[in-house]
Amino acid sequence: MNQVNRNTKAKGVNRRQFLATSAKAGCAMGLLGLGVTGVAKQSSHLDPLAIRPPGALTEDDFLSACVRCGLCVEACPYDTLKLARWFEGAPTGTPYFTARAVPCEMCDDIPCVKACPSGSLDHSLTEINESKMGIAVLIDEKSCLNFKGLRCDVCYRVCPLIDEAITLERQHNQRSDHHAMFLPTVNSDSCTGCGKCEHVCVLEESAIRVLPAHIALGKTASHDTYINTEETTLEMLNKGLTL
Amino acid sequence: MSKGTSNTSTDRFAQAAIDELGWWRAHKFLFLRRASQLSVLLAFAIGPWFGLWLLKGNLSSSELLATIPLSDPLATLQVLMTGHWPELSLLLGAAIIALFYLVAGGRVFCSWVCPVNLVTDAASWLRRKFHLPRTSEMPRNLRYYLLAVVLLMPLFSGIAAWEWVNPVPVVYRALLFGAGSGLWILAAIFLLDLFISERAWCGHLCPTGAMFALLGKASPVKVSAVNAKDCDNCMDCFEVCPERQVLKPALKGTSPMITDSDCTQCGRCIDVCAQRVFQYQNRIALKAENNQ
Repeated sequence: MNQVNRNTKAKGVNRRQFLATSAKAGCAMGLLGLGVTGVAKQSSHLDPLAIRPPGALTEDDFLSACVRCGLCVEACPYDTLKLARWFEGAPTGTPYFTARAVPCEMCDDIPCVKACPSGSLDHSLTEINESKMGIAVLIDEKSCLNFKGLRCDVCYRVCPLIDEAITLERQHNQRSDHHAMFLPTVNSDSCTGCGKCEHVCVLEESAIRVLPAHIALGKTASHDTYINTEETTLEMLNKGLTL
Repeated sequence: MSKGTSNTSTDRFAQAAIDELGWWRAHKFLFLRRASQLSVLLAFAIGPWFGLWLLKGNLSSSELLATIPLSDPLATLQVLMTGHWPELSLLLGAAIIALFYLVAGGRVFCSWVCPVNLVTDAASWLRRKFHLPRTSEMPRNLRYYLLAVVLLMPLFSGIAAWEWVNPVPVVYRALLFGAGSGLWILAAIFLLDLFISERAWCGHLCPTGAMFALLGKASPVKVSAVNAKDCDNCMDCFEVCPERQVLKPALKGTSPMITDSDCTQCGRCIDVCAQRVFQYQNRIALKAENNQ
């Protein structure tokens, strides 16, 4: 026994001890890693009303790239961007803004993107009108004043891409049978998601809201085939459609 | 007032050094260290507070005087491990920081810059005040396992998961960006260090410290027990050292230089020693001198 102890002492640790402690430490750290990854994955869901800065990569890629330094936040001249806090609707330390509070002012030189060292805000975005921070959606037609036949138009008039991203579609007012209705309509191809429309909506809760593209936009399944009904003739149908 | 008193245990910690050198000299490096930690923090804070932009960003990545990029090598490595290729400025910033600590000494970051050090030092100070017993020690190499885990997590999960809980930037985010709710992580570390295991975080777990320890292995600046022969075994340095395993080889071994990369070079051992056993030394200069 004494001999063994002396041997152990001379070598420091024996192989068996070494393997046992390494395995223990390895397992403990593995568990910790699993836990941290689990917490990170769980809390990586972005609040639908939290919008990423211009040029942000898709959410998953954004979260692999962003180092949470806040350089974009400090570069923003309008105090639009915030760094998410713990227990909030965005992964802690990542930048976002809430359009209803402060929308994006669409700076020509896009300082937030320029400031980003990690490229989680894509530096190939140089034209702010090309940005896709989200898509505005007229989410509640029932409360929208224009749908009630009034001329509010505030969202339309404040839109930096007026008559492109938001148009007013003229429609007969069937309620009075006498007037016209001008329905704010978002063109999702042009909308940048700056959130100015949501910010200015005169209602207590905005009837138009900027949502992340993955929520706002539908997607046709890739196996679906589009049939242009106006161009389709009876003869074509009889022959069987070829695309 | 020298050898006689320092062997007897006094109520007050490091009483011998204070008696011998005066309060200020017995706290010199502690004071300088706090000044360093706070001035780095202030260099960042005067931006958002007063609009004086010396440093933008935070410890994860920043820009000095709107030109020089600086970034945390560990955060940068995590991003790389997810498979994302960042902008050049992040890589350059990480290289600059890595190079700086390669020369200045790796864990100089831990003791002279990192804000978490304030928290763990506070826990350690309270432990000493209340004479809390030394609890069972965790293995010191756990931090290297954790470092490996931190770098492997992004590989499998695709996200830089450690940045969710990394306590190092939390203080900076709280002060610069008002993100105070993350401070629960620091509270957790404080309680862990105070009640569960002594020096658990900085001395055993922190992967940032582990990375800087690896970086600083070759650095020329070291603490050295130059007057090891004067040591009277008062144990004050052991009491206060955050990595006390590094002291014994220097005091009792053949070479007085603390070459162990765990040493944070905080200089507290220099402060508390009435016998002035320890000193900072530049080992490259020393070598050159010896070769002549």
